[in-house]
Amino acid sequence: MVRFVLNGKDMQIDAPPDRRVVDLLREDLGLTGTKEGCGAGECGACTVLVDGETRLSCLMLAVQLEGRQVTTIEGLQRETGAGLHPVQEAFVEYGAVQCGFCTPGMALSAVRIIRRNPDPTRAEIREGLSGNLCRCTGYVKIVEAVEAAAWKMSNKPPEKPAKDAAP
Amino acid sequence: MKKELLEVGYAVPRQDARAKVTGEEKYALDHYPENLLWAGAKRAGVAHGRILEIDFAAAEALPGVFAVLTRKDVPGTNRQGIVHKDQPVLAGERVRHRGDPVALVLAENREVLAQALSLIRVEIEPLPAVFDPEEALKPDAPRIHERGNLLLHAKIEKGKAEEAFSECAVVVVETFEAPCQEHCFLETENGVAWQEPDGKIVMIVSTQAPFRDRFEIAHALGLEAGSIRIISPYLGGAFGGKDGATVQCLLALAALHAQGRPVKMWWEREESFAAGYKRHAARMYYRAGARADGTLHALQCRLYYDSGAYAHLGGEVLELGMEHAGGPYRIPHTDIEGWCVYTNNPIGGAMRGFGVCQVSFAFERVMDLLAAKLGLDPLDFRLKNALQRGDRNCTGVTLVHSTGIVPCLEALKRHALWTGREKWKLSAGPFKKRGAGLAAVFNAMGYGRGLPDSAVAKVEFTPEGRFRIYSGVPDMGQGNATAFLQIAGEILCQDASRLELIQPDTERCLPAGSSSAGRTTYTFGNALIRACREMKAKLCHRAALVLMADEERGFALLPGKVRHLPSGRDVDLDFLARLLPEADRSSVGQTVMPVSQDVPDTGKGFIIGFPHVFFSYAAHLAYVEIDELTGKIEVREYLAVTEGGRVINPQGFEQQVHGAVAQGIGYALMEQVALDQGQILNPNFADYLLPTSLDVPDIVSVSVETVEPTGPFGMKGIGEVGANAPVPAIAGAVEDAIGVRLTRSPFTGGRVLSMLEETP
Ligand code: FES
Ligand code: FES
Repeated sequence: MVRFVLNGKDMQIDAPPDRRVVDLLREDLGLTGTKEGCGAGECGACTVLVDGETRLSCLMLAVQLEGRQVTTIEGLQRETGAGLHPVQEAFVEYGAVQCGFCTPGMALSAVRIIRRNPDPTRAEIREGLSGNLCRCTGYVKIVEAVEAAAWKMSNKPPEKPAKDAAP
Repeated sequence: MKKELLEVGYAVPRQDARAKVTGEEKYALDHYPENLLWAGAKRAGVAHGRILEIDFAAAEALPGVFAVLTRKDVPGTNRQGIVHKDQPVLAGERVRHRGDPVALVLAENREVLAQALSLIRVEIEPLPAVFDPEEALKPDAPRIHERGNLLLHAKIEKGKAEEAFSECAVVVVETFEAPCQEHCFLETENGVAWQEPDGKIVMIVSTQAPFRDRFEIAHALGLEAGSIRIISPYLGGAFGGKDGATVQCLLALAALHAQGRPVKMWWEREESFAAGYKRHAARMYYRAGARADGTLHALQCRLYYDSGAYAHLGGEVLELGMEHAGGPYRIPHTDIEGWCVYTNNPIGGAMRGFGVCQVSFAFERVMDLLAAKLGLDPLDFRLKNALQRGDRNCTGVTLVHSTGIVPCLEALKRHALWTGREKWKLSAGPFKKRGAGLAAVFNAMGYGRGLPDSAVAKVEFTPEGRFRIYSGVPDMGQGNATAFLQIAGEILCQDASRLELIQPDTERCLPAGSSSAGRTTYTFGNALIRACREMKAKLCHRAALVLMADEERGFALLPGKVRHLPSGRDVDLDFLARLLPEADRSSVGQTVMPVSQDVPDTGKGFIIGFPHVFFSYAAHLAYVEIDELTGKIEVREYLAVTEGGRVINPQGFEQQVHGAVAQGIGYALMEQVALDQGQILNPNFADYLLPTSLDVPDIVSVSVETVEPTGPFGMKGIGEVGANAPVPAIAGAVEDAIGVRLTRSPFTGGRVLSMLEETP
């Protein structure tokens, strides 16, 4: 029996201790927002937040969730009350989503970047996203979206931040 | 700007983005029906050989194993393939590459499945194998198929190339090699299928071509196409790699043996590498000459594309490579010869840029070398020779449609990144060298002559007063679904709340071809325009009946209503919706893409898909910085100027350009399926490197809007063209920076460093 908090809800799950967390979420709990792109810790599509830190659910076992707070993409909205999380909003508005398969993992990594550093530079955003592969976007619009979300969450004036000047 | 209405020309955020960013969107992979079985294939693991025995007794006896199937359980021809049916669903006698499936296991869960697969013992007598296309053409090469190793040989001849070389002031001779590239869509090949009590096979699958899949499966398994239903939700990427059967035939076979239970097949990443299709590796021998006045005069090239073990779309990929071998330029004399050859390597197939990526590398580097020999500015040299409407391209086809390479090059020439490049180069730090490189490229749109590029679109006016578009072409991430909604919104004058889109389902939607070839929005969009216009006319007419108007004129379809303009009276769409009988609710439109009318007497040897008549164009500029100590290349700035007719959605347009460029940068700097005797040495993301957020710069995308009058609202497809330029642009920038001539990609730090050491 594993006990943990999932997207704000107390869970008691009768899963084998060596069940991969990604399978637990997707197959057992039907939370298919968490994706699996490689199963080997190399793509970041399976990213979830565990006690606020990004973790790769394809490398985690059910037993490792004991006593933890887990947030999946499905729980991100809950964190802000109603509607989309500002990161999600920015992903939509700035065109950071194409096929969308990397998106849940990217969005959760973005949330963590902004939590750690409310005013990240583009370089810091790129660094923070470097564990999440995206094959569709070339990352440009994802970086822009994260920048915009950080801006918005810091309650600064509602204007789009200027891009870093070209070198 | 925020718009309430969905209209053409606005940067409308993707309509599917919200469901994707919340995790609600259900991809094929997200379906886990009750009571499902897992299917998995045992792979040969031998590059070429004769199957002596498949011993699966132990696997079959394993508790939790539902069935083990081999060749003898396949009811039909056992042959799949889009053009040539040469690929077995399950190999029975012969294996031709390591990824060939030899047995299919159905099991209660993935753990049992993995164990069962490991228990199957396959005895294969190895046969001599061949891994290089030129080697495979030698008379004494091991024979891979009955018909030999040559899949396609073709020739394009225009003018008199051989003689023309004597009239050239400068001639360049060079050989280029580009490797096999993996698509690396994040959602690997997968699907789930079951057989209904009436015998029908239903499959939810990650596919680019649901309508064609039915015929592939039917042919391979001896079924009736009409008894197969394919549903294709949004894909987690595809880029060409899900055009053609991946899991489809195996899954359908599994479903036939699952006694009605649903079966899920999901290739792991390593299996996707081993069994999936790839961009063809190519070797290209080039010889090109120009006259003293700076006009291109003659081109001769010999192209060898490695098809791997099966045809898939190899012949067509080579054909496109040949058709683009002369670049977007006027060349009076061309002699282009190509061979697509079977080897025992993994299977080559469609990938964004479809054979054009490879020749773009060669031709654009040759352009730089010719310009240097002539002492001309590389951009001016390209401009001088750039194709214009009315010219004949290198195959001899007259360009009668929009041809926008000149405006692309001109926009690039005016851009600050072009004019500022010398200054930027001077400010490199210690042990760094900087350079700028240029490439002008194009990419054909559509299937080409001989394979009708058609689509049928349906729009339905629902009893709730909404408009439902039945899309026949999947959205693999390129955003065509949103473009379709904008097209419908534009014509029907409605906002998003009144519009919805059904992803392809062969039972609900109408045949519209594949999501590929840059034709998706063009062809389906044209069909959709017709359907929507008919719908609009219908609703105006029905409103006229309601209002008892004397004539149909003067009615306008507006958000939520139809208005009789002369009287100002409205008919609510909700009211009209309840009034219309079922039979009166839908409109259908169909189109076929125009084809070339002056088929040149070239292209001997092509079977279908030659020539093309629509092209999109692009001119790119790369700024690179090279670390002299490690040889590592960093792309610091990137400019992509693209011509694709009118832009339906500027945000979607940029997304496509960014993505294509990023894949091209990957192909230039790091991506290569490393092969040893047909074995993939890097079948995972730890060893096969993909660009991360640290490798791709802030790509600047500029759109040169022209108009393509045959396209929906003047558009052409631009999803592919951007992938063709990064390799030559980056190679050119490297030569500009350190004088090293790169003729083999990828340009890894190690390769650059060793070349730096060789250069005195
Ligand atoms: S699926 Fe976990 S990192 Fe790729
Ligand atoms: S949007 Fe497709 S992988 Fe990122």
